[in-house]
Amino acid sequence: MKPGMLALGILAALAAGVHPQAAAAADQIVIGDIDDFSGVYADVAGSGAVEAVKMAIEDFGGSVLGRKIVLLSADHQNKPDIGASKFREWADQNGLNVLLGGSNTGVSIAMAKVAAAKQIPFFAIGAGGASLTNEDCTAYSVHYAYDTTALANGTATTIVKNGGKTWFYLTADYAFGTQLQTAASKVVESNGGRNIGAVRVPLGASDFSSFLLQAQGSGAQVLGLANAGTDFSNSLKAANEFGITHKMKPAALLAFLTDIHSLGLQTAQGLYLTTGWYWDLNEQTRSFGKRYFAKMKRMPTMDQSGYYSATLTYLKAVKATGTTDSAKVMAELKKMKINDIFTQNGYIRADGVMIHDMFVMQVKSPKESKYPWDYYRLVKQMPGEEAFGPITGLCPLARK
Amino acid sequence: MTEILGVPVAVILGQLMLGLVNGSFYALLSLGLAVIFGLMGVVNFAHGAFYALGAFAALLGLQWLGINYWAALVLAPLAVGVVGVVCERLLLRRLRGLDPLYGLLLTFGLALVIEGCLQERFGASGQTYPVPAALEGAFNLGFMILPVYRGWVIVVSIAVCFSTWFIIERTRLGATLRAATENAPLLQAFGVNVPLIVALTYGGGVALAALAGVLSAPIILVSAHMGSSLVIVVFAVVVIGGMGSILGSIVSGLMLGVVEGFTKVLYPEASNVVIFVVMALVLILRPAGLFGKE
Repeated sequence: MKPGMLALGILAALAAGVHPQAAAAADQIVIGDIDDFSGVYADVAGSGAVEAVKMAIEDFGGSVLGRKIVLLSADHQNKPDIGASKFREWADQNGLNVLLGGSNTGVSIAMAKVAAAKQIPFFAIGAGGASLTNEDCTAYSVHYAYDTTALANGTATTIVKNGGKTWFYLTADYAFGTQLQTAASKVVESNGGRNIGAVRVPLGASDFSSFLLQAQGSGAQVLGLANAGTDFSNSLKAANEFGITHKMKPAALLAFLTDIHSLGLQTAQGLYLTTGWYWDLNEQTRSFGKRYFAKMKRMPTMDQSGYYSATLTYLKAVKATGTTDSAKVMAELKKMKINDIFTQNGYIRADGVMIHDMFVMQVKSPKESKYPWDYYRLVKQMPGEEAFGPITGLCPLARK
Repeated sequence: MTEILGVPVAVILGQLMLGLVNGSFYALLSLGLAVIFGLMGVVNFAHGAFYALGAFAALLGLQWLGINYWAALVLAPLAVGVVGVVCERLLLRRLRGLDPLYGLLLTFGLALVIEGCLQERFGASGQTYPVPAALEGAFNLGFMILPVYRGWVIVVSIAVCFSTWFIIERTRLGATLRAATENAPLLQAFGVNVPLIVALTYGGGVALAALAGVLSAPIILVSAHMGSSLVIVVFAVVVIGGMGSILGSIVSGLMLGVVEGFTKVLYPEASNVVIFVVMALVLILRPAGLFGKE
């Protein structure tokens, strides 16, 4: 075959490949999920979240407006550029209708910018940073599950009211850790407590004991752990080993069910934490938890059930408006009430925060735990408005 | 209380102690790297993965077969050492005589495969290995509370490090190993099975990493990526000590643990870069490393 012919053949093959896909996009609803599938946060959402989305699609009947619902997923490897470029690629080539984004605030901020540029709804589920609905807010962003403000309001308020007046923080030295520490410090002060100091620990440190001895030396009553994932687990483990937890009360500013499972109740018992959801709250959450467990062999985290709920919420909005037009769907999203296994009477505020009740929990002791995954005792159910606080005015979409 | 540079003496002593604990891990890990580089010329990027594999071997041995900590201390490094020997015979051996870059790329790939498989099977969030009952509790040293287990780590690590140094530098076996590096064909002419020695060397170096993994299992969560950030620090330690210098890697491992410990008090944010700053300084002033031969 002549080179010219070959080139023509390739072009023809390419055209044939592209055409049906473009046509297919019109009779499909495309949901994308970009999350950490291989790094430190892979257990918090990751493949479990994909399973939750599949369950939601199945529960919804597999199609909406007569169009089949399909799911794409990709690993952002905790790199903002990868997350943003994958999002752009799906928007340009795969007819993406909505994006679900998992762990990592940095990646989510980058993806929110793409959402605004491409005008595609973006649900941030699992990123903590409250800046996503403040400085970094967009008209297409929704922040689901939890944020740093709600975590601080839940855990810090409860501990200060229980007598933990003086705080020292062990803070992960990046955007998420500092946002969390700032939020907690404000709450501690406004409740009459005092912030004694903090030590900024590099992300992924191999040993926490030096930092912990500094915390102990401060004489504070509460050890505020403003970190996440393995950093959180390893620092709490070392605090136990060095006997620091006898003198200071540890406070998890962000801990997931998977972290507690890794640590074991012997180490984690007594810890206060705040969560947006727990599998053992009521009949509805339990039945979802058991369905999920049958597939994944572990109970879902708040992020994973958040993924389920966000998918249903989006599909309901599409059904209600009869279109996938982003502006109309966003308007409906900010109008509707959210009632499902994740929350009752939840709603999406003008700045994009999904307001819903948060739960302050205390980790049970091995004796109190009666069955597998029985880890939390409910301390307080916080109404959504109290947990997420008033509109700050930092997001131009929502004036004070 | 007496103070030095505004820091109480008790705090300084405490950090010195913790620095020695961390330094023990650095020494043990960099020793394995130094053995492999010194005797084989391979830059073993899979070292962190073998460290994780050692910890997993101990954990799974306990969960599946009921093998206790003391047995795991011997069996896990042995098992991982065998994996190392197999890797050498199947893969690394084919790269002998090529640019060291190929060995580096191969071991880096090997690390990704091992860590990927561990994560796929056991998840990202890690698992807990219990502290053995005989090593529970803590010593009160007056200036600090030192968990018994951490003290144990220092003792084991220093004992293993210096025995390894003694074997390589002072025994006939060590002399044979070193001869295999210097002049393999000549040694082979004397009837020594050089390829076998090389494979066992790699297995031995890797077993040291696995031993460090078993030692750290009760301290930190056992997870696929537990070695990936550590291995970079350890490479810096090897460079500071002098590539391939056995004694250099032991002494600089312990020393850098202490330097890092003090940084954690004086300027915590810099604690993960201080070792690299030292490395840059050493490379400028003594390019062969502190104990390296020019």
